[in-house]
Amino acid sequence: MKLIVIMLSAIFVNNFVLSRFLGICPFLGVSKKVETALGMGLAVTFVMALASVMTWMVQYFILVKLGIAYLQTAAFILVIAGLVQFVEMVLKKTSPTLYQALGVYLPLITTNCAVLGVAILNIESNYNLVETLINGVGGALGFTLAIVLFAGVRERLETSPYPKALDGFPIALITASLLSIAFFGFSGLL
Amino acid sequence: MKLWKDFTNGIVKENPTFRLVLGTCPTMAVTTAVFNGIGMGIAATAVLIGSNLIISLINKIVPSEVRIPIYVVVIATFVGAVEMLIKAFSPALDSALGIFIPLIVVNCIILARAESFASKNPPLNSIMDGLGMGIGFTLALTFMSSIREILGAGTFLGKTLFGAGFEPALILILPPGGFLIFGLSIALVNKLTAKKA
Repeated sequence: MKLIVIMLSAIFVNNFVLSRFLGICPFLGVSKKVETALGMGLAVTFVMALASVMTWMVQYFILVKLGIAYLQTAAFILVIAGLVQFVEMVLKKTSPTLYQALGVYLPLITTNCAVLGVAILNIESNYNLVETLINGVGGALGFTLAIVLFAGVRERLETSPYPKALDGFPIALITASLLSIAFFGFSGLL
Repeated sequence: MKLWKDFTNGIVKENPTFRLVLGTCPTMAVTTAVFNGIGMGIAATAVLIGSNLIISLINKIVPSEVRIPIYVVVIATFVGAVEMLIKAFSPALDSALGIFIPLIVVNCIILARAESFASKNPPLNSIMDGLGMGIGFTLALTFMSSIREILGAGTFLGKTLFGAGFEPALILILPPGGFLIFGLSIALVNKLTAKKA
């Protein structure tokens, strides 16, 4: 039961993008088309699930054991950067189609603060390994949901008339604001 | 003269928040109150100056294939130091900013300046660039957090501004307000600069 609550909370109630402000850069950067948004979402889901588990292990098996928990930030970002590189190499070798589809988005994920964010949140919430995995996957699915919905709206915005000063980022941010209000409706869910 | 130009570049011409639109996550997340906005701005400025200086000093000995991981380690080191300083001297700020202090590591402003400025310029210029960018970031955060705190909570730096008749627009300090005020601020800057040109 607790696992379902964690999952739903990560996807809807505490949506990473729309209520925690994590992963805004790719959210604004790669949301012009629904297809690319979906590709980015899938890549992030993959990395976030792996990164959650890896950083949890690093925290409890290495940093805590050696008493160097203050190196957490540096250790986590290195783990994530290494992981992204590793995922890139494995995909290239084993599944060229998926690699082609994700291609450019993979390296960008290192600087996606949602990945480092979920890793730190897992530790702060004292989750165990399974809860960590669920939170990572849930958070990433929430990210995917938000970015795909947002891309859908932005595709239509292209043909809509709005003041010139709002061109580009401002109109995108105002759209995101409305989307965020919509997600507020989920807050009473749990 | 060149130093002065590097310094002012980040404040006006290439303001990291309103012109380059970098580091958007902390911009929206911490601007619910002026105190948090200024605190985050100062923390990021300290990291920027430190990482810009070190990266500009080591850029000749860093092989270009592995430069990004090395930059990230340099940045993470400074963030770790700033994190411990904030924990020790201002626990209130620490609990207000929370997860966004370690997340300064992935603030794209810092890596972007390392890559596009500090790795190509001498140390003194890099310090000035870091300082300018940091001040530009801090000013942007202060501007946004002032609007959000005054209208959304009816206070400024925690002090109540209006009488009992004032009904704060709560939405502005909630997440949707962050997106909205950020969008409108960029639009305002666009509008003002478009007229000048």
